[in-house]
Amino acid sequence: MLVARLNNRIEVLNTLDIDKIRAEFPILDQDINGKKLVYFDNAATTQKPKVVIDAVSNYYAGYNANIHRGIHHLAEKATSAFELSRKSIKDFINAESTEEVIFTYGTTDGINLVAQTYGRAFLKQGDEIIISTMEHHSNIVPWQMLCEEKGCVLKVIPINDDGDILFDEYKNLLSEKTKIVSVVYASNALGTVNPIAEIIEEAHKVGAVTLVDAAQAMSHIDIDVQALDIDFLCFSAHKLYGPTGMGALYGKKDLLNKMPPWRGGGEMIKEVTFEKTTYNELPYKFEAGTPNIADVIGITAAIDFVNKLGKKNIADYENELLQYATEKLEAISGLKVVGKAKEKVSVLSFVMDGIHPQDIGVLLDQQGIAIRTGHHCTQPLMQRFGIVGTSRASFAVYNTKEEIDRLAEGLEKAKRFLL
Amino acid sequence: MTINELQEEIIEDFELFDDWEGKYEYIIDLGKSLPKMADEFKTDDNIIKGCQSIVWLHPFMDGDKIHFLADSEAIIVKGLVSMLLKVLSGHKAEEILNADLYFIEKVGLAGHLAQTRSNGLASMVKQMKMYALAYTSQELKI
Repeated sequence: MLVARLNNRIEVLNTLDIDKIRAEFPILDQDINGKKLVYFDNAATTQKPKVVIDAVSNYYAGYNANIHRGIHHLAEKATSAFELSRKSIKDFINAESTEEVIFTYGTTDGINLVAQTYGRAFLKQGDEIIISTMEHHSNIVPWQMLCEEKGCVLKVIPINDDGDILFDEYKNLLSEKTKIVSVVYASNALGTVNPIAEIIEEAHKVGAVTLVDAAQAMSHIDIDVQALDIDFLCFSAHKLYGPTGMGALYGKKDLLNKMPPWRGGGEMIKEVTFEKTTYNELPYKFEAGTPNIADVIGITAAIDFVNKLGKKNIADYENELLQYATEKLEAISGLKVVGKAKEKVSVLSFVMDGIHPQDIGVLLDQQGIAIRTGHHCTQPLMQRFGIVGTSRASFAVYNTKEEIDRLAEGLEKAKRFLL
Repeated sequence: MTINELQEEIIEDFELFDDWEGKYEYIIDLGKSLPKMADEFKTDDNIIKGCQSIVWLHPFMDGDKIHFLADSEAIIVKGLVSMLLKVLSGHKAEEILNADLYFIEKVGLAGHLAQTRSNGLASMVKQMKMYALAYTSQELKI
């Protein structure tokens, strides 16, 4: 009896109160084109809970000051809040120390940082970099730029029709020439969750360094950089209920220490003379100039928000939404889901026979439903599937099944219009 | 008809609709009825940059008038481009250059102008005006 009651209690604790969660997102309470907003563009950016908005505006309203070298009260307060965010991120991804957390303006910035510092310093002609077919342009172009400069070779892991990488093919690509393996944890276009632990393990066997693009994974999957033995990890706060223009690069301390700095300027120096400059310690070596203080402070609120709900609870609920939406949409004749990987985050990409994705997007928008259409910054992936693009609905913790019903109705309506 | 008279005609057409459904059904019909562009004109040079779907625009001269042919993979874009053709095609270069396309806002499609990256309506207008400008400067050279 007691056990039953306890189980029941756990059940209750693990069930998210979606109405209550929705109430924390002021933006959701509005009409678009006369209909209640349905926001299904979460893979592009999630909305922000009030705690995050408040954290940013409280900084500006109450203690805006430049950080680190200020002598006055406000500067100290701002510095503490800023550095607290470094600690929040460290704890969130289980890094060993805060020195391993470098603030960036987002995932793209982090990948470029690694390519331009580690890549330029340690890669040479003929070295190989491995990425996958489903990479976002931000995890393709920085490496292409490096390859062009250093004469390195970019190798691409193929995928199957479901959107899963071909692991044996990956293993075949690995050799002593492989210096970097940079792979997305969860695909923004397909939703595929890659077997990141195994990918890293194989990369390390040949002595390659690994970078994980966690932009899409961060809000759905619990990530422990030490357990996964990740060398570099990049993410953006804005896909994690946090502010835009802010993200972080995690790097193992010994790697970061041996990397040369990238951008020069204030903050990243120890001592400057016209003859020679010595550089600051980690993490400041990579943080030139006044950072995006307000938004860095906002990330703590975002992480607290996610921790309070529990990542597993969020993932379970989103998975339920994904299953429901997949069934609902697959029932629409002429609709085909693109990306049926074994494990997925809550991203649902689809195409409809004889209809251009853009037309679907425009007609859904008229019905107050926000989705994304196009190539999702993954043009090579679209080419792999032989399509110009997809329509993509992506779900966050504040979405509901009723909203998915509206999407399905909206799609039926769009189909009637267009065919 | 002048460019402005043609704009007024479109505005009048749109006054018949009091909801988005009617409006978009009309645009989609325009898209469907726009004659298919011959494949020979669907060249890379004729692709308008800045649109999410591919839009081809082919200009040609007939006397002192510029005519346009256009096509798109997406039907709503095709409807939008069809309206632009109705208004701008078959006019003199200066008329096209100086045209103030107020009908777009009047019929409630200004949103499409802002979304340059997805709908590319602004890119289409710009490209049509660029062609007109090119023809004007050619004339000047002669």
